[in-house]
Amino acid sequence: MLSYIIKRVGQSVLVLLITGLVAFSMFTFVGDPIDNMLGQERTQADIDRLREQLGLDQPFVVQYYRFLEQAVQGNFGISYRQGRPVGEILLERAPATLELALVSGIFAILAGIALGVFTAIRRDGIAANVIMSVSLIGVSLPTFLIGILLIYLFSVELGWLPSFGRGDVVDVGGWSTGFLTASGLKALILPSITLGLYQMTLIMRLVRSEMLEVLRQDYIRFALARGLSNRVINFRHALKNTMVPVITVIGLQLGSIIAFAIITETVFQWPGVGLLFINAIQFVDIPVMAAYLMLISVMFVAINLIVDILYAFIDPRLRVAA
Amino acid sequence: MRRFLDSDLFYSFRTSPVAVVSFIVAALLVLSAVFAPLVAPTNPFDPASLNLMNGFTAPMAPNDFTGESFFMGTDDQGRDVFSTILYGMRISLFVGFAAVLFAMVLGIFLGLLSGYVGGWTETIIMRAADVQLTFPSILVAMLIFGVAKGITPVEYRDQMAIWVLILAIGLSDWVQFARVVRGATLVEKSKDYVAAARLIGRSPLTIMLRHIMPNVLSPVLVIATISLALAIIAEATLSFLGVGAPPTQPSLGTLIRIGQGFLFSGEWWILLFPAATLLMLALSVNLLGDWLRDALNPRLK
Amino acid sequence: MSEPVLSIRNVTVDIPTRHGLFQPVRNVSYDIRPGEIRGVVGESGAGKSMTGNAVIGLLDPPARISEGEVWLNGRRIDDLDAEEKRAIRGKEIAMIFQDPLTSLNPLFTVGEQLVETIQLHLGLSAADAKKRAIELLDRVRIPNPEERFDQYPHQFSGGMRQRVVIALALCSEPSVIVADEPTTALDVSIQAQVLDLIKELARERQVGVILVTHDMGVIADTTDQVTVMYSGEVVEQGTTGQILGAPSHEYTKSLIAAVPRPQVKLKRFPQVSYGGRETTFKIEDLARNWTATQKSESGTLLKVDGLTKKFLSKGSLIPSRREYFTAVDNVSFDIKDGEVFGVVGESGSGKSTVARMIATLYDVDGGSASFDGQDITKLDKEGVSAYRRQIQMIFQDPYSSLNPRMKVGDIVTEPLLHHRLLPSGEVKPRVRELLDRVGLASDAHNKYPHEFSGGQRQRISIARALATQPRFLICDEPTSALDVSIQAQILNILKDLQEHLGLTMLFISHDLPVVRQMCDRVGVMRHGKLVEVAETSELFEAPKDPYTRELLSLMPKLEALSDEELKAQNLA
Repeated sequence: MLSYIIKRVGQSVLVLLITGLVAFSMFTFVGDPIDNMLGQERTQADIDRLREQLGLDQPFVVQYYRFLEQAVQGNFGISYRQGRPVGEILLERAPATLELALVSGIFAILAGIALGVFTAIRRDGIAANVIMSVSLIGVSLPTFLIGILLIYLFSVELGWLPSFGRGDVVDVGGWSTGFLTASGLKALILPSITLGLYQMTLIMRLVRSEMLEVLRQDYIRFALARGLSNRVINFRHALKNTMVPVITVIGLQLGSIIAFAIITETVFQWPGVGLLFINAIQFVDIPVMAAYLMLISVMFVAINLIVDILYAFIDPRLRVAA
Repeated sequence: MRRFLDSDLFYSFRTSPVAVVSFIVAALLVLSAVFAPLVAPTNPFDPASLNLMNGFTAPMAPNDFTGESFFMGTDDQGRDVFSTILYGMRISLFVGFAAVLFAMVLGIFLGLLSGYVGGWTETIIMRAADVQLTFPSILVAMLIFGVAKGITPVEYRDQMAIWVLILAIGLSDWVQFARVVRGATLVEKSKDYVAAARLIGRSPLTIMLRHIMPNVLSPVLVIATISLALAIIAEATLSFLGVGAPPTQPSLGTLIRIGQGFLFSGEWWILLFPAATLLMLALSVNLLGDWLRDALNPRLK
Repeated sequence: MSEPVLSIRNVTVDIPTRHGLFQPVRNVSYDIRPGEIRGVVGESGAGKSMTGNAVIGLLDPPARISEGEVWLNGRRIDDLDAEEKRAIRGKEIAMIFQDPLTSLNPLFTVGEQLVETIQLHLGLSAADAKKRAIELLDRVRIPNPEERFDQYPHQFSGGMRQRVVIALALCSEPSVIVADEPTTALDVSIQAQVLDLIKELARERQVGVILVTHDMGVIADTTDQVTVMYSGEVVEQGTTGQILGAPSHEYTKSLIAAVPRPQVKLKRFPQVSYGGRETTFKIEDLARNWTATQKSESGTLLKVDGLTKKFLSKGSLIPSRREYFTAVDNVSFDIKDGEVFGVVGESGSGKSTVARMIATLYDVDGGSASFDGQDITKLDKEGVSAYRRQIQMIFQDPYSSLNPRMKVGDIVTEPLLHHRLLPSGEVKPRVRELLDRVGLASDAHNKYPHEFSGGQRQRISIARALATQPRFLICDEPTSALDVSIQAQILNILKDLQEHLGLTMLFISHDLPVVRQMCDRVGVMRHGKLVEVAETSELFEAPKDPYTRELLSLMPKLEALSDEELKAQNLA
């Protein structure tokens, strides 16, 4: 068990080093920082001095090491576009994205699992078939279209909910939260649904197909042959076996939520890191892009690590083998 | 051909109304996009055919100034929405098909290689796949797009945009194919017909391409169909976010991005028709993929 | 005679398909009395398992009982609704499946699964249920039941898991147990123990047992009554002694005659003639074009010396921390020209690994193997190619040994083209000839493997193996996936190959009677080591090694089987 966890942590660190390398390469090879920092009137001496200052004359490995050292301290350089430290901008924006991701993640997981189990158990029922058909529309509808439709319906036509922004936020120890005001909560509704709906459909379809797969296994037949009731078979035997593969994917989905937030934030002009990132791409603001990549990879890797460890607790085969 | 018409797959297709309808819809959409120059009433990119006076004409209603009437109305510049959709769908479909083809070829090759050869080759390919899978494909596509934008000179950006899109979406999608092909290859590799081929003396490359590949293609077909829908949506999303097809070559996503601005002022058709087309396209392909997966899964029979 | 606990009366099962109505079971009737074991025997597709599933109410839709009745303890049960059927399942009728590895839920401990079933059927408290569960585990002879109670299925071996499955079936003291091929997935030694346990429990608890099997040996050793099924119908039933000793139906007669016997060696196997199964093959005609009959100089074609294979069982980056499992440990033997050398052993004994090393499909970790005086472990690329042309292999599973996406003609053509053995004009006629000689129809070359039965596929494999005109043929369990009647056909072809073409063979099998019939000399393997090598008759009559003796003692006793048909045939 311990060696399993150590192995996973080792892999996570490796992933971080690789993404760090990608981020660092973006700095080094995309656009010339000297160009970005010095004006038109520059001398070779200026360039050389700056190169030395920035450590650009050092070998690649040394530069990479220094980049990592800086990154660990939250120092990602200065945004080309805003002229402020990237770390500071990210910190300011992070709460908006995290709150949005949290609400829609919970929504996606709870509703996804419940509907998936329902459609698997009642696989031939009318309700299950309707849900499955609607879910296919859900998968075919791009997130941004869902957002636009919701805005049109609830903001433009009905005027019930705001069409953009976070509403009023309260600052709690440097964390600006929208959970504590009525307008903040109202503003969360549409973006959370938009962001969570697609993930919910995916989770639901996955739970359904995994569960149908499990229900075909011999041990379920044997449980039937022993006369166990459908309730016990479905919710005790089948559900637990279904969750083993589903948990991994849910971990990945949670990661996607943070990335898909980019789209939702654009549609709702939600002031989070996603909106920041999309603007950075449009203006080729490399430090912001690199920092976002690092930030997101830390989150993904953390989620995956937790999922892997959780996995080992659920599956006795892993627990004993390790 | 007779073998195909008699096959279980075709039987399952014939008896599934959903599959037949979605096939017809998808085929109609693809055909009208391919033959857009013949089907479309106007060429929206030919400045000579445009009349600014026709701007904001509602669907099926004559324009106040010119009296011209358009099936799906016109946009702010007086372009026929129906024609822009047909031309836009061409770009969406081209990007979608090309990206999936790219991802498929790359994924099949790397999947076969890592499954059959094993060892370090497999470790490196599959670790790379794992790392990439940790990141959602849309994000990977955006990063690739962003980097490509950074390294291409400004004057070429619009021209390159479509190819960069294909590269970005394709590179973000190969993992799916590689993982499935690798899994299937591992299963096939342990079967005795592969041992028999080795005993005959066939080279590893021949065994991979001639013996194993045909046997791992049916899951690939399912993934390719579903990936096509995903690629079309991904392209639309990127274009909607302004990091995809440029306004000079608008895809469905670009059209929706443009239309979104007019939604609140009442010109709903500029948004609605491209959006509905995108939905129909993605939905029919998804339905086909869904049917194909069930039909090719022998355990469900 | 006591009243039957279970009575199946004229049951027919319907499955509607797109090609029309399919009836896998037609008008089947039999009774089971308390404490009695009824064997239901037949070949694959005979409908024997389907009948068992119909009885317990586990037919997969759209299959359904369309006619007939099932009575249990004086109550009709086939027309009950789903909920009532469920109440009977497990409580009054229990079931044991073939594969113990998949019958248990991997995520729950054995104890949890037992307690759950006991509480459901007997309504005991948790503590009492646990007590009873441990008693049951003890009863099915699982050592340390208290400790085993808290373990997960993957911590049990195959045989132990099947005992757990039996314990689960016994939870509620059922009056009938349906056992569907309960020992097919197990090794002979484990099989004997599990069958003994079933026999004992049936007597002790007066449970009626339906034992579905394809294995005449299991029938002879275990059952009281036998029902013989053929393509969905009962052809004959009676006491085991009657059926095996004096079968009256033609099918039963030929089926019994086709069972390989360990006592006497026959020149040819009697073939099952019932239902148009006969196939004509003309191996002797191949001899005319056969060019590869050269003999080795020393008279010994293959000499294996100290062959060893290790598999990595625990990987590590540090070489000294890696752990290996020795699959083949210092094995030495030699095979003379024209000889059939058998290797027997249970699963995991390393016999197939030996075959694959000799075929150069696996690398060798130690020792050497010389083919006609040349060490095959040290061949270069061309050497391997030249060597492989002289050897070929027949595999166990006819469903996986042919590429499903290639036409049969292309499959047989591939070796000819690869080695450029014939001018291009002669390839096609040669392939047709090969297919014809192994008894396949003239249009076979244009079809895909899935259009053929298991036995036919195995003959395609043989045709492919013969295409390069090899000197040496490796047969890895060539008939263990086949029905006994088909087995006879394939074994006869192999015998012909040896006789008419002078092929030397390495014959791998777990089935001692088959080995007795096929081989000149036999080696016995256990845990990777070769424990004994002897002339076949010597090994069967005077085994030296204790393990060989144990294996021989576990062989099903087939004395009860009628040998009337055999006498009609020529004895060797």
